[in-house]
Amino acid sequence: MSSPELLLRAHAVSRRWGGLIAVDQVSLDLARGTVHAVIGTNGAGKSTLINMLSGELAPSSGRVELLGHDVTDWSQPRRARAGLGRSYQRNTIYPSFTVFENCRLAAQARTPRPWAWWEDASKCEASTAAAYASVARAGLTDLRELAAGLLSHGQKRQLEIAMCLATAPDVLLLDEPLAGMGAEETERMLNLLAELKAGHATLLVEHDMDAVFRIADCITVMVNGAVIASGSPDFVRNSPAVRLAYLGEH
Amino acid sequence: MKRSEVIFVVVAFAAMALFPLVAEPYGIDRVTKIMIFCIFALSLELLVGSTGLVCFGQAAFLGIGAYAAVLLSPSDGPVSLLWLLPACMLSAAAYALFMGALSLRTRGVYFIMVTLAFSQMAFYVVHDTPLGGGTDGIYLTNKPVLGSLLDLERSLPMYAFTFVCLLCVFILLALILRSRFGRALAGIRVNEQRMRATGFSTYPYKLAAFVLSGGIAGLAGFLFAVKDGFVNPELMSWHLSGEVLIMIILGGLGHLRGALLGAFAFAMLQELFKSEAIFGDFAKHWHLGLGLSIIASVALLPRGLVGVPQQLGARLLGRHQSAPGATSIEGAK
Repeated sequence: MSSPELLLRAHAVSRRWGGLIAVDQVSLDLARGTVHAVIGTNGAGKSTLINMLSGELAPSSGRVELLGHDVTDWSQPRRARAGLGRSYQRNTIYPSFTVFENCRLAAQARTPRPWAWWEDASKCEASTAAAYASVARAGLTDLRELAAGLLSHGQKRQLEIAMCLATAPDVLLLDEPLAGMGAEETERMLNLLAELKAGHATLLVEHDMDAVFRIADCITVMVNGAVIASGSPDFVRNSPAVRLAYLGEH
Repeated sequence: MKRSEVIFVVVAFAAMALFPLVAEPYGIDRVTKIMIFCIFALSLELLVGSTGLVCFGQAAFLGIGAYAAVLLSPSDGPVSLLWLLPACMLSAAAYALFMGALSLRTRGVYFIMVTLAFSQMAFYVVHDTPLGGGTDGIYLTNKPVLGSLLDLERSLPMYAFTFVCLLCVFILLALILRSRFGRALAGIRVNEQRMRATGFSTYPYKLAAFVLSGGIAGLAGFLFAVKDGFVNPELMSWHLSGEVLIMIILGGLGHLRGALLGAFAFAMLQELFKSEAIFGDFAKHWHLGLGLSIIASVALLPRGLVGVPQQLGARLLGRHQSAPGATSIEGAK
């Protein structure tokens, strides 16, 4: 059996603000075809970690590798162009654009040609094709001409994913994609994430434990910025450290 | 652009093109000035309405374009329009590059204040030094020429030239805003964080918009100088930066035609409140009337003048359609 293709590696990344250590020496590997979940209570440092991986925040120490390159000093847009897609806790769609336009704009990041001021953006075949594909993959084809602001919450979260997919990423960093969803919407999103699993390395930050244990191949548990356990769902479920942190059990 | 919007723009430009056929010289002169303001307003619309950058120093670019037109014109004879016009636009664009490169590192209210500070720096350079003739300003003794084709000393060719400039600027911006560059600017306006996460390096986009905006404002400044044959520091004052901001808000942010409407509406309101025939002695206090009317229009027309048909339509439809939960795409906007 061949070893999994590692797409993103974090080596002992830390983030400090003065005396506060938000993330402390966290290391993790993301391989293609796997979902790696990061769980923890509020303030555990999950979002700070994802921000460092995506390049939105510079780590105080440590190193990040993307597709074998040291990207620690790369800007967020450069990392995104190199194949790193992310979604946010809060919706960051463009409400006045249609669903399709949201995805086409995202796809345009791969073929920007900003100097071609005379070319109509809607005539760009590459970004149009990528947008159609990502809308279809996220299951939003029927809604593609609707203004994104009119979508339901769950559909907006799907659109977030579709916008990520439009940039053809290898790595997906998903920050609470299930937040605020009902049961039906959660099921739809989990099916989508399961479909995406094969072609991507996915980092999932999530509070919905049922969903996490259902979909994740590996789970990292953070408390106060540090990793207290990391391994398979079974390992984490039976970890005394996790039980202590979550349930107060010895 | 929707069909009705295209029709509006075509009709507006056709009206401007035909206006000299029916107008008195005063009217031609007045509308020439308003068209220059339209160009100025379009330059700011690119920044505020299309990119979300609230620049409070736009008058600096206008003033630099105007002063460049005077300072680069030799006193011993007219100079060719073909090099003076680009030189004025490039001067303003160069200052925009300098201002933008630094100010775009800031955000929100800090950006507004930094652009105001840069504008005031330019103001005091011409106000307090012999370079710009101090508070008295300086005269343009020889207006630029284009061989024997264009005599900008006369009001009608000046009107025609200004009209062509306005048309070109409008078409240029309309093309830019529908291009990939323009769509990226629209994305930056709505959510810059998402644009960066998607892979857009937003700073060069914003800087390019800033420089382009400065160049267009420089064109307006050039036209001001050539039309009036005179420049003074008031062209760089913060009042003018505020006025052009009011124009685009009055017209409706996010729409090129809003800049046109706003510039015309602002000028009309000024004319109205300055009219002694209507307001008698109170006309001396025209600023008060103008201010109150602008406050009223901003309060009553949140989408500006371009939103009036929509607002009226919604009000009329609202009386006839009362479907519960009904919503619309425009509502989402």
